[in-house]
Amino acid sequence: MTNTILKLKDISFHYDHNTVQKPILKKLNLDLFEGEFISFLGPSGSGKSTLFKLITGLEQPTEGEIYLRNQLVINRLGYVGYMPQQDLLLPWRTIVENAALPLEIKGMKKREAYKKVVTLIEEFGLKGVENCFPSELSGGMRQRVSFLRTILSGSNILLLDEPFSALDAITKLSLQEWLLAQWQKRKETILFITHDVNEALFLSDRIFVFTEAPTSKLKELHVPLTRPRHVRDLNHPDILQLKDELLDELRVRPSL
Amino acid sequence: MNLVNKYGASVCLMICFLIVWEVGARILDMGFILPAPTDVVVKIWLLKESLFLEHLPATFLIMIIGLSLSIVFGVGLAICMSVSKTVEKTFYPLIISSQTIPVIALAPIFVLWFGYTIWSKVIVTVLITFFPITVNTYDGLNATSKEYKDLLKTMGASKKDIFLKLQVPGCAPYFLSGLKVAVTLSVIGAAIGEWIGAQSGLGYFSRRMMTQFDGAGVFAPIVILSLVGIGLFIIVRILENNILKWRKID
Repeated sequence: MTNTILKLKDISFHYDHNTVQKPILKKLNLDLFEGEFISFLGPSGSGKSTLFKLITGLEQPTEGEIYLRNQLVINRLGYVGYMPQQDLLLPWRTIVENAALPLEIKGMKKREAYKKVVTLIEEFGLKGVENCFPSELSGGMRQRVSFLRTILSGSNILLLDEPFSALDAITKLSLQEWLLAQWQKRKETILFITHDVNEALFLSDRIFVFTEAPTSKLKELHVPLTRPRHVRDLNHPDILQLKDELLDELRVRPSL
Repeated sequence: MNLVNKYGASVCLMICFLIVWEVGARILDMGFILPAPTDVVVKIWLLKESLFLEHLPATFLIMIIGLSLSIVFGVGLAICMSVSKTVEKTFYPLIISSQTIPVIALAPIFVLWFGYTIWSKVIVTVLITFFPITVNTYDGLNATSKEYKDLLKTMGASKKDIFLKLQVPGCAPYFLSGLKVAVTLSVIGAAIGEWIGAQSGLGYFSRRMMTQFDGAGVFAPIVILSLVGIGLFIIVRILENNILKWRKID
């Protein structure tokens, strides 16, 4: 875990149409290593999603550089897998067709793409619903399709933007466990946005907390838990103390 | 069983209406003003050859040419408007205001321009059916949300990918509901066109019968026109059910 896979160097950002407003990010530096599970924790509006837009290449930083595997990449679209908050499955495509979308966009023939998807369907717990439409599936299942689609983007860096926030507690927990299993198997680097402290502690190696605005430094926390993890590990006194710390951190809002 | 559930009530009402009409017409007994429904049916049977072999094909051809032109130009313009902001700003207000022009009042002008050829009637049909197709298609192409576009972009999608994989399929339901309106309007367009200047066609035939005080003769082609409209509507519905399978599930 020593290879830097993603490096943000002196990143500043503010939206063009709003130059009067304070920048959202200011001279932010960040180093992420291959195979890590990283969570970004923060209140809404703190710039988490903006950070993801910058990494995916949907937005360009006003200042600073973003390196993928030690290479400066300006046009990052297509290099990083992105899983949005809502599943955003195309309602007119079946499950297989939805999952195959990134492969089609990369230029793969439809038939080949579907074949590749079908080999993964069982592993993602989607056996039997391959030819259903998204509207026939539960929220949890739709998120699994969405994750499969993100995996098939072919990138080793996956950005997950509050993927479980709309799910009920039980579905959420089972998907978190499932996600961890998938991650350990596939050795991808996952960047995960959440505003749920428990979720961040359960999943991550490191947690970055957004506090002040504009964000120039993220508070970094290592989660002192070994893997594989169990939900009960969250009741460990060290973790409980960490959780309190995190909550305090989130509660303190800078006075304007 | 399903059909009875779905259409039973409207069929019943229609039958009641026809019975009242039939009885009323018999009592009034002025066939040139109000022919009984049975008279109309008899008339259709008597004139079946000239109605179905001469006048229906003429009208149908106008409708099909008119609709095809509307689809080609309507969809084309909708695509141009969704691609270019300038085209949109130029054409959209014009398309909307074009609907305030009473096309029926303009129809005689088209006869002056195009004579008694098929084109004077086609123009009327196009002017009437163009609007729902263009506006619906344009709205459909613009209905794709930014989130979906952004997601496809993160996959490395080109503008063409976004258009073909996101905007076109997303637009299909809008286009088809526009088409449903347009096919029924095309019947009206063709009939009006024929009223004003034609030598064949169901609209022309109806008008000719009017001058002869043949009430049943006026209604006979109108019944056929409305059946054609219903038929086309059903075809679009079937098309819709096939293309939009995913929507039935919701």
